[in-house]
Amino acid sequence: MKQVYLKESACIACRLCEVYCRLQSSSSGDLVKAFKKESPRVLPKVRVDNHGALSLSVRCRHCEDASCVRACLTGALSRDPLTGLVTVDEERCIGCGTCVLICPLGVPQLDTARKKMIKCDLCQGKEIPACVANCPNEALVYAETDSVQPEEAVIK
Amino acid sequence: MTSLIKTDYLIIGNSVGGIGAAEAIRENDGAGYITIVSDESYHAYSRPLISDYLAHPGPVEKMLYRRPDFYEKNGISTLLGEKVIKINPEGHTVMLSGGQNITWRRLLLATGGTPIVPATPGADLKGVFTFNKLDDARAIDEFLKGRLETTAVVIGGGLIGVSVTEALVKRGVRVTVVELKDRVLNTILDEESSARETQALTLSGVSLITGHSVSRISSGLRGQVSGVAIDDGRMLGCDLVVFAVGVRPRLELAKDAGIKTNRGITVDRFMMTSAPGIYACGDAAEAYDFVLGEDRPTPVWPNAYEGGRVAGLNMAGVPTEYKGGTALNALKYFGVNIVSAGMVASPDASAETLSFKRNGIYRKVVIKHGKLVGLIFAGDIAKSGIVYNLMKDRIDVTDFKEALVADNFGLASLPEAIWQERLPRSTAGSVIASGASEEPEEALIGD
Repeated sequence: MKQVYLKESACIACRLCEVYCRLQSSSSGDLVKAFKKESPRVLPKVRVDNHGALSLSVRCRHCEDASCVRACLTGALSRDPLTGLVTVDEERCIGCGTCVLICPLGVPQLDTARKKMIKCDLCQGKEIPACVANCPNEALVYAETDSVQPEEAVIK
Repeated sequence: MTSLIKTDYLIIGNSVGGIGAAEAIRENDGAGYITIVSDESYHAYSRPLISDYLAHPGPVEKMLYRRPDFYEKNGISTLLGEKVIKINPEGHTVMLSGGQNITWRRLLLATGGTPIVPATPGADLKGVFTFNKLDDARAIDEFLKGRLETTAVVIGGGLIGVSVTEALVKRGVRVTVVELKDRVLNTILDEESSARETQALTLSGVSLITGHSVSRISSGLRGQVSGVAIDDGRMLGCDLVVFAVGVRPRLELAKDAGIKTNRGITVDRFMMTSAPGIYACGDAAEAYDFVLGEDRPTPVWPNAYEGGRVAGLNMAGVPTEYKGGTALNALKYFGVNIVSAGMVASPDASAETLSFKRNGIYRKVVIKHGKLVGLIFAGDIAKSGIVYNLMKDRIDVTDFKEALVADNFGLASLPEAIWQERLPRSTAGSVIASGASEEPEEALIGD
């Protein structure tokens, strides 16, 4: 499956990934409205963690052995065996926060207004996720997971 | 002679542990016969949702833990509403209450827990309930139907007590919670976070009596509950009583079969009991707690799945060690989001507590010998998973412990080796990025 990789040396905490993620999830499709007006408030599904000069753009990595899926109390979280995508079925999500506590990256986020968990779905339907497409510094790369492995195997 | 069923894998219990095992078995053995027996007659449902069910009764289908076609799709036979009454470990058989025998190659005891009902005069009256399974929620729902101005006493202010209280409040019931200790949720929350729950309960009109117990349930007409007597002599009028003082592992089957038990069914790190080929998991078992470094029951949903999964893998011939679990809870009662894990207060003088409190946000970590042994996030639970996994991985946090409770805490606050390992391999990014062709523009970013 494809995944978003971070070149942390090029991530400068501009947070445009957050901005464009939010735009992607907004109903208005308008940056200003998405940020200021839409209710319930549109939350980004990507997060920038910043400490000194280090900046990390973090989102769900769709783990093969996803601890959030295993911990989910209702079965709302699942991983598609074909696409590898970890998604949340909002109908069944009760917004308890168990996945927030169990995720090593801490990426599931509670939308407390809607009482649902939200997470990255790699912008299904778009060729390239909005965060990657709008990263001004090419710090984010969208690439096949599999394409990495042969390289690694050779290098060892 | 009664009929005989033959199966490769027999799972007793149709909740999260049993499902975790069945999924792991099927992933690794596409052909073996899997049979699940349960004394509950439903498809596996999300037990934590019984509170939502009681608040807004609806179709059971909405509570299902797996899709309705789960059993069929995975080739799992079910015997629902059937009770196992005897295990024969040597003969590899079990007997059902109907007299039927089942032979198995591998057996899993995912029998769960049963509510504790302390010996209390009047505990057998009409209007006295427990709250552990869907049928309990249904029974309370039936009881409430057509009643107006109902008053309830909930005995126990732990998870089950607060969860049934929330449901009852949503049904318009006036509730008094009687808790023996000095505060609600005292085993999973510290004073600060417990006070937040208390405030939320009080704002919802719930009365709290702490530091006391119910000594007697009194009866008016026809064996019905009319009130309770508190241990200090106070009388409280009420129409229903819910015992919510805790759950104990269901051990009878294991004990009768000579399988070793302690507080729960004893299992090794492969979730196998003292009897070869017989495994146990979930609330029934006493599995490894990575915080304490010893075995103890940690009856929470995610641990039951993990333990069940590990048991299933081993049953299917894939040797897998249980990494361990610990107490872990995510609460959302009355709209207050709190997560906690491990020990929520310093276990002894050698432990250290660090906390952060600002703008309604409360975070606390408990550290012992350099390693995390507990955490609480309240008000904002975001990124709690980063800390939980540091605890789970037994990482020495001495050098960056202050960062865990700092305002801008995040992955970037951790040592590079840790965030590198958690992110998708970032070096891979540069390998792939060769398509973008240019050299990394270090100068532009660096200074």
